[in-house]
Amino acid sequence: MSPDTANSYRMGPDERGHFGLYGGRYVAETLMPLIREVGAAYEEAKNDSAFHEEMGRFHKHYTGRPSPLYCAERLTAHLGGAKIYFKRDELNHTGSHKINNCLGQILLARRMGKTRIIAETGAGQHGVAAATVCARFDLPCTVYMGSVDIDRQAPNVFRMRLLGAEVRAVESGSRTLKDALNEALRDWVANVHDTFYIIGTAAGPAPYPEMVRDFQCIIGDEVRTQITEAEGRLPDTVVACIGGGSNAIGLFHPFLDDPDVRIVGVEAAGHGLESGEHAASLTGGSPGVLHGNRTYLLQNDDGQITDAHSISAGLDYPGIGPEHAWLKDVGRAEYVSATDAEALEAFQLCARLEGIIPALEPAHALAWVIRAAPELPRDHILVMNLCGRGDKDVFSVGDALGIAL
Amino acid sequence: MSRIAARFSALREGGRAAFMPFVSGGDPDFDTSLAVLRRLRDAGADLLEIGVSFTDPMADGPTIQAGGARALAAGMTTKRVLDLVRAYRAEDDKMPIVLMGYFNPIYRYGAERFATDAKAAGVDGLITVDLPPEEEDELRGPVERAGLDIVRLVAPTTDEDRLPLVLERASGFVYYVSIAGITGTRSPTMADVEFAVGRLRRFTDLPVAVGFGINTAEQAGAVARVADGAVVGSALVREIGAGGPDMLDRVGALARELAGGVAGARA
Ligand SMILES: Cc1ncc(COP(=O)(O)O)c(C=O)c1O
Repeated sequence: MSPDTANSYRMGPDERGHFGLYGGRYVAETLMPLIREVGAAYEEAKNDSAFHEEMGRFHKHYTGRPSPLYCAERLTAHLGGAKIYFKRDELNHTGSHKINNCLGQILLARRMGKTRIIAETGAGQHGVAAATVCARFDLPCTVYMGSVDIDRQAPNVFRMRLLGAEVRAVESGSRTLKDALNEALRDWVANVHDTFYIIGTAAGPAPYPEMVRDFQCIIGDEVRTQITEAEGRLPDTVVACIGGGSNAIGLFHPFLDDPDVRIVGVEAAGHGLESGEHAASLTGGSPGVLHGNRTYLLQNDDGQITDAHSISAGLDYPGIGPEHAWLKDVGRAEYVSATDAEALEAFQLCARLEGIIPALEPAHALAWVIRAAPELPRDHILVMNLCGRGDKDVFSVGDALGIAL
Repeated sequence: MSRIAARFSALREGGRAAFMPFVSGGDPDFDTSLAVLRRLRDAGADLLEIGVSFTDPMADGPTIQAGGARALAAGMTTKRVLDLVRAYRAEDDKMPIVLMGYFNPIYRYGAERFATDAKAAGVDGLITVDLPPEEEDELRGPVERAGLDIVRLVAPTTDEDRLPLVLERASGFVYYVSIAGITGTRSPTMADVEFAVGRLRRFTDLPVAVGFGINTAEQAGAVARVADGAVVGSALVREIGAGGPDMLDRVGALARELAGGVAGARA
């Protein structure tokens, strides 16, 4: 069944971190030696069974993996089409898939002898996950967060502080995730000798897109096993929301070489693609270079990065991981979008029908499911990554619905 | 001989280093920026570094970020920065001019067209902060065909294994980033600078300029004693940002002081 390795979609990146045209290492010279050091350390760790064993132990007893694969029967009945499964990564410790990556990266940081951790965050989920592993491994943690996001994700800011992290407000640019990334990179340049930068998504200079993907592939690997147990076969469709693309690539990657599995990534369309106020870099952007990699970006004709917009802070990013850019160009994955309004609808429907309050990010994936499932036959198996829980979002959803909490 | 090579060789003969001010092109607007460039020349600048603004300048501190943001808010684009160079060049055919910026605006402009247009506008060299030698192929060809220099940054973190790669096809001069950090934050110790420049000279015959964290005439002078050029950015950009009716005079006075520090360094 599986194609020979030369024709595999799973071979990337090349030794310089390129996925086709995309990826690479576009950083200032000051960072170059450090990034290469991270790359070499990761190569070594990847091939060390002790590294994987330690990560496996923590995943089992700390993160709570494997996360369940849950058949959403009421939603399935309500939509009257495809059979819908949720991959329950919202049940992970800290409430999202972000911990999968943070655990891997902090174990790597420890191997490298780094004594200080920095991270950027948008929704705060990655910041919370980073602060969590830093508490657990007793490393000081500084999280950069745009001041706009600090306002709309207040519970997570408090969580990070409880966990002992320092949250630094970023006031530059659009004061959201992209600016937090800039600020974290600037911190790293100035503290290269002792600091490890835990990037929160499958983007940035090589080796991050590959490394974060590998740490998130546990999602798709588990789904393969679980769906085979439940249904005796692979799913027909897998779908995930896309901010930087880490939960999506983690679900998609193990299925890339299964040609019968349809792969769908859902970007945030904000107020609608035609409004210009969205965060859909693949469906509404163009190739460029930002944050250390070449990928699709929201930008103007002059190559200036434009502000993203989404009701979901975790999707509010004008870029996208480079492997998705490549998968789009080669046509192996489809990329679609869902608006703020559709995500809000999906958020509420999921709560009422399944008793699960999803994060606003996977509510975008769910919005696509709501659109697509009724058109699909009942024996069509669809797996959606429910990659985060919505506790953090209740205030902004209340706001959007005009309900004061 | 290129303007850059000509200027450094004349300075070398005269036994002094270059004063190399940096400002963002079009900060705070096109016309004022042109006036700033004239003041810098009159104050004794030996080479002009002009920033091409980018929304996400990851190697810059708050001061230069703000300068770039002012230029963008005033409607500057990559094309307008080339217009600015052209306007300045019409008055001064000798001054070496280097554009400093990030790759994305060049990529969007189109590397080939950008190199051609930059040359035609009177640009002599490019510093593209986030384009390391490993990624430069698509810019290298067009830039070499156009006859522009590619100035390479070397950092305190660049080890001797990596130096040959960085310097391999560097031209014009080498820019030593004196601190591991972003612009306008801390200053280097002169012992470190001296050591680093000494090391670089074992690997290259190109002139070595030093920048990042040089704010005063005294610091510029100390750098000029060991290196071939001292770059001052944030201190000047801060004066531009402070504005006011006497801004040009203050920028001119500061530049004169800095130029004096450099010129008197080896006296
Ligand atoms: C729950 C959740 N899902 C998705 C995302 C988007 O990130 P990615 O596309 O890397 O999975 C975030 C980011 O904060 C998140 O918190």
